[in-house]
Amino acid sequence: MTNKRIAIIDYGAGNIKSIANALKKVGAESVLTRNREDVLSSDSMILPGVGAFASAMERLHNYDLVNVIKEFVCVRQKPVLGICLGLQLLFEESEEFGLTKGLGIIKGRVIKMPTGTVKKLPHIQWNEVQISESKKSSSVLLGGIADNGRVYFIHSFVVMPQVKEDVLSTSVYNGYKFCSAVESGNIYGTQFHPEKSAATGLHIFRNFINASKNKQAKT
Amino acid sequence: MNRIRVIARLDVKNEYVIKGIHLEGLRKIGDPNKIALKYYEDGIDEIIFMDTVASLYSRNNLFHIIERACEDIFIPITIGGGIRTVSDIDKALKSGADKVAINTQAVKTPDLITEAAKIFGSQAIVGSIEAKKKNGLWEAYVDAGRESTGVDAVRWAKRLEDLGAGEILITSVDAEGTQKGFDIDLIKEITAELSIPVIASGGAGKPEHIKSLVANTDVDAIAMASLFHYNVCSISQVRQALGYKIVDGLMV
Repeated sequence: MTNKRIAIIDYGAGNIKSIANALKKVGAESVLTRNREDVLSSDSMILPGVGAFASAMERLHNYDLVNVIKEFVCVRQKPVLGICLGLQLLFEESEEFGLTKGLGIIKGRVIKMPTGTVKKLPHIQWNEVQISESKKSSSVLLGGIADNGRVYFIHSFVVMPQVKEDVLSTSVYNGYKFCSAVESGNIYGTQFHPEKSAATGLHIFRNFINASKNKQAKT
Repeated sequence: MNRIRVIARLDVKNEYVIKGIHLEGLRKIGDPNKIALKYYEDGIDEIIFMDTVASLYSRNNLFHIIERACEDIFIPITIGGGIRTVSDIDKALKSGADKVAINTQAVKTPDLITEAAKIFGSQAIVGSIEAKKKNGLWEAYVDAGRESTGVDAVRWAKRLEDLGAGEILITSVDAEGTQKGFDIDLIKEITAELSIPVIASGGAGKPEHIKSLVANTDVDAIAMASLFHYNVCSISQVRQALGYKIVDGLMV
């Protein structure tokens, strides 16, 4: 099988180098780009991100990437993996600094974890993921990951998918349960950072690469 | 379950990991990249690279070390020492670091913390404090524990949180390198004041020190150097002291 190319969307978000390094480590070819043709001709896409929702959306608009991402994911139905803020951007809106509209690819919204419950923010921990019962045998992204496998989180906001079936896993921070990963058809996302989650994270990247290969084989 | 992060702290001077006592009297330990890779393979949660002389020379010299480290190490990496401007932070993150630890320049121009948090997000900004005890209070020091500031360390920690830091790294200069235990009172006061995570650094010499720190404070992470550099105990022994369940060397 030929190697597939992954587009890492370059809109000036934080530490993207680690994602490229992780992909290289597992033998995948990636390109860091904001060019429409480069993105659309890739086999899959990673939407990275750390920092603030509103300024990330503003940059995606400024670089004319909003429609490119939507066409890639919704029309061409190619695999996308949103990481941390990249996952949150896939949702309809975020309450960070007032309401900001997101890409609207996944139904639901982004909220701040309740400080009264969780006490300390950001949530910076290696924490466990519990895979949803209905996804345990079928998940592509977390296939082969041990239930309660540990991954690295650093965030204050969480996603609230409207469709229950979109929730791939949950995690618990100081008693507060939240959605830590989503999977719905060709759409994948993690609230944690696979590129910072050692061997478990690299395994997740391998799963995502296989998702794009299988997708290609079917069409 | 306990989820306190176990961090290896690598103090670097002229391409070598070094280790001193009270941040002074430095001894060479070895190659930063080799040591970082070993700790990664042994299962460390996170690594802090600290340029110990950067502040004196007004520049950080670790960017190329970080760049190389990030090719093989897939855990969070923090870089500290001599970070003075937004462009320094940008360079650090582009080298592959996830966070920058800022001490001296934060004391000089506190607005840097706010500006940096706005641009890069609070999660990338670690407020670093080096504290020395004086008359029952702690004073913040800069330039690798050399210069006093007259600033109360506990109040300064709270101020750093208000300015936008996402985390605090508190190093007890008195305990640093002594392997005689953490300054528990200091960590206790700071964690009680703050609602962002706190990393305790300085003084770990045996698992009992870690147990007593965790029992007496609300600390979120522990940064250690001597303990690992001198093979005093393994990462898995540290995790056991933290209350992690370990079977056959693996966390369960």
